[in-house]
Amino acid sequence: MPFFAFAALFLILPIGFLVVGSFQDSTTHEATLKNYFDLSDPNIVLAYSTSIEISLVTAVVGGIFGFLLAYAVILGGLPRFLRSFLMTFSGVASNFAGIPLALAFGFTLALQGLVTKLLLDGLHIDLYSKQIGFSIYSKLGLELVYLYFQFPLMVLIVAPAIDGLKREWREASENLGASSSQYWRHIALPILMPTLLGTTILLFGNAFGAQATAYQLTAGLVPLVTNLITAQISGDVFHNVNLGYALAMGMVVIMGISITAYSLLQRRSERWLRS
Amino acid sequence: MSGGPAFGTRAPGALESVAGSARPRARRRVSGSRIFSWIIFLIGVLYFALPLYATLEFSLRTKVPFVAYTNVLFKDPQFSGSLLYSFVVGVITILVSLLIIVPTAYWVRLRLPRLRPIVEFVTLLPFVVPPLILVFGLLRAYSGPPLPLTGSELGLNVLVIAAYVVLSFPYMYRAVDSGLQAIDIRSLTEAAQSMGAGWPRILLRVIFPNIRVALLSGSFLTLAIVIGEYTIASFLVRPAFGPYLALLGRDKAFEPAAVTIISFGLTWIAMGMISLLGRGSRTRVQVAGAR
Amino acid sequence: MSYLELADIEKRYGDTAAVTGFNLKAERGEFVSFLGPSGCGKTTTLRMIAGFETPTVGTIMLDGEDITHKQPNKRNVGMVFQSYALFPNMTVADNIGFGLKVRKRPADQIRKRVAELLELINLPDKGGRYPYQLSGGQQQRIALARALAFEPQVLLLDEPLSALDAKIRVALRVEIRSIQRQLGITTVYVTHDQEEALSLSDRVVVMSEGHVEQIGTPFEVYNFPKTPFVASFVGTLNVLPASVVDAARGEVTIAGQTVRIARRFEGGSGKSVNIALRPEMVKLGDGPEGSNRVSGKVIDVGFLGSIVRIRVAVGGENGPVVSLDEFNEPTLKLPEVGETLTINFPADGPLVLDSAPADPAEVLLAEA
Repeated sequence: MPFFAFAALFLILPIGFLVVGSFQDSTTHEATLKNYFDLSDPNIVLAYSTSIEISLVTAVVGGIFGFLLAYAVILGGLPRFLRSFLMTFSGVASNFAGIPLALAFGFTLALQGLVTKLLLDGLHIDLYSKQIGFSIYSKLGLELVYLYFQFPLMVLIVAPAIDGLKREWREASENLGASSSQYWRHIALPILMPTLLGTTILLFGNAFGAQATAYQLTAGLVPLVTNLITAQISGDVFHNVNLGYALAMGMVVIMGISITAYSLLQRRSERWLRS
Repeated sequence: MSGGPAFGTRAPGALESVAGSARPRARRRVSGSRIFSWIIFLIGVLYFALPLYATLEFSLRTKVPFVAYTNVLFKDPQFSGSLLYSFVVGVITILVSLLIIVPTAYWVRLRLPRLRPIVEFVTLLPFVVPPLILVFGLLRAYSGPPLPLTGSELGLNVLVIAAYVVLSFPYMYRAVDSGLQAIDIRSLTEAAQSMGAGWPRILLRVIFPNIRVALLSGSFLTLAIVIGEYTIASFLVRPAFGPYLALLGRDKAFEPAAVTIISFGLTWIAMGMISLLGRGSRTRVQVAGAR
Repeated sequence: MSYLELADIEKRYGDTAAVTGFNLKAERGEFVSFLGPSGCGKTTTLRMIAGFETPTVGTIMLDGEDITHKQPNKRNVGMVFQSYALFPNMTVADNIGFGLKVRKRPADQIRKRVAELLELINLPDKGGRYPYQLSGGQQQRIALARALAFEPQVLLLDEPLSALDAKIRVALRVEIRSIQRQLGITTVYVTHDQEEALSLSDRVVVMSEGHVEQIGTPFEVYNFPKTPFVASFVGTLNVLPASVVDAARGEVTIAGQTVRIARRFEGGSGKSVNIALRPEMVKLGDGPEGSNRVSGKVIDVGFLGSIVRIRVAVGGENGPVVSLDEFNEPTLKLPEVGETLTINFPADGPLVLDSAPADPAEVLLAEA
């Protein structure tokens, strides 16, 4: 069927190419695991660990704050229109990633950025001074930027789950004598946990695979797996194309694990929320 | 008289309308929790609004107000050129994607439910394989024989559309699948068949119109993704909107800010369309990002 | 003083009144049903007892204490929801024990009580299962056990059986009633199914459009309906158009046949009235001396299991239709469709409705 033909040609094939290539030696074209061993190059390991760190941080922070935002707007007693506003905005913001986002944050927090200036003129806090040593073109800066699409992603996925918390559960728990915090502790949070956890993992994968934003802000400055791969595609930086393949494969494996974990957790939560 | 029950008389008047089963939600939230919610919300607003405002402010810093915008919108052929290119590519992508996804989703639901997990897995793959890796693989796979697509303009265009179609699979499939789930396609198909319709007609006249909303919402999402996409377009050296923006960012000062605001506005319109269309239907709003 | 008392309860949402003028005094251990169509305010009233809604006007007293404004989680009432509302992330045992856990009872006491209740609802070995693994009927019983676990003063049930199959519904309602009798707990049961209400309750509160139509025992409400609504909502009613022949002697004609109704009419002959008959008043054949007899054509014979429902068009094929029930027994000789026969009903049986109603709910009834 055309679907599978298409997928095969333009998805499976290229990946297959990379997979095969990753097991090939670049000069002799023999089958080898050498490329994977070469991944233990300290530069590469640093890139992986940095990428993982950034992804983890933005996933957890994004997850927590995203959940709180969704909660605030759905159950927190705010006016109803704020909810649809937040949803639409989240749809926009989660799409706003890439170059425009990097540029926008540059206008905000770069050396000449609006907020930088405000803090300097208004509160006499020089972000770029030696003591604080902040820069938007850094790991922390990137984390701040990533949150711009991590929060909304969390909100969008978690909102339906919060909706799925049946009002009767809350009423039943009140009827049985539970207080609000007992309800959250024993019923609501456990029910939501698979979604919360799964989405956080999704956020992790999301951050890990981000390329355009990362490159725009931190190329050459922060070691990231995506930056490395970008450099590799643009020019044969490693002088070893197959190493590039192995690098890409490493990334695919990490993404694969996170997507699988997310799917499994989603399935569990759907079962509960549908009951 | 004996027997017979006693009744009171009652005038049949206008029946009182009663709130009845329309129970408004009794929000008895403790006020402390509401303050908390507002705080969270305001922090969120602050975080999200600042960069936008900074960009807007910067774009207006030119000596002649709005000149950055007019420069871009009217004087820069590359703006309209790249936007047009991305738009056209987007439309073609949507069409191809629909042509592939809709029959597939339909068949899987109706005839081959066993294939469902496989199809879903394949549609999840683009999440696992970020655009970066995909374009890496595409470049490697098609730069030589037997299909040297990277050699020609046409070939590259084919590649970029193919890549975007693949990228759109997860969202299109989910949208179409939820749309199909909402209508009972088995009964519709059987009804159409009993009246003598063949497959193409069933698909075209019966199925498509009924999942129109889902299709449109998936389409708008795909369009937004394509227009905002950078990675694949840049590596395939396509004159698309994403690379244009990057180039602009490197060369000019105010114009990038203007374009950023414009692109934000465009995305908002696309999302607005999706949520307008999605109102009332059960399709989950999908999210995307070209990071 | 009665155990559960609702006085002058009113609930308004903005301009609309969901419940008005509700008064009820229930005794300890009594089983009271709120019966009525959707939107009549019965669930709203129940929720006010539970504390999920607050009355705009009026008070609710439980065992002498005013609980009108008490928080729902401080009241000692147990509620069974229509959708069961079992917590999906907890096992059956944890669900049932939740009320006790919240009240900080020691773990072994909870365990014992849960086991007791599982016995009571006849699901002794299901404690470790999760709700989604069980059938609707089982889930409902667990919801019941959960509501009873902490020994509440009142048990509230909000249409608990409406989501279940007919057969299970009947079996389960018998079980609910027997458990209630065993425990002697005051119970309020909301339903739109009048058969349920009549078969289970000590008393029935018939409601419509936010107000109480009648409160009484099932027998009273069925046989002596106080308002037209109650008459038509509770049980079936045959309505036959008739025309007065002799006002003084209470004679009317139905489809050309004269019958005598035991009452006087105002006005003269020729006036149109409506005669209402309960199906059980009508019988096949000539009946005892002094009964009214009309002849008609059988248009349908419906076999309902223990009952056979025969529909007869009075006076001919196009006449008004009377539904009558006969008990099913093997020796019963059922009439055939198309057959002409006589049916009878007692002279003091029918109710008289004075005008020609457009809709049975809008009937006017006159003093007998």
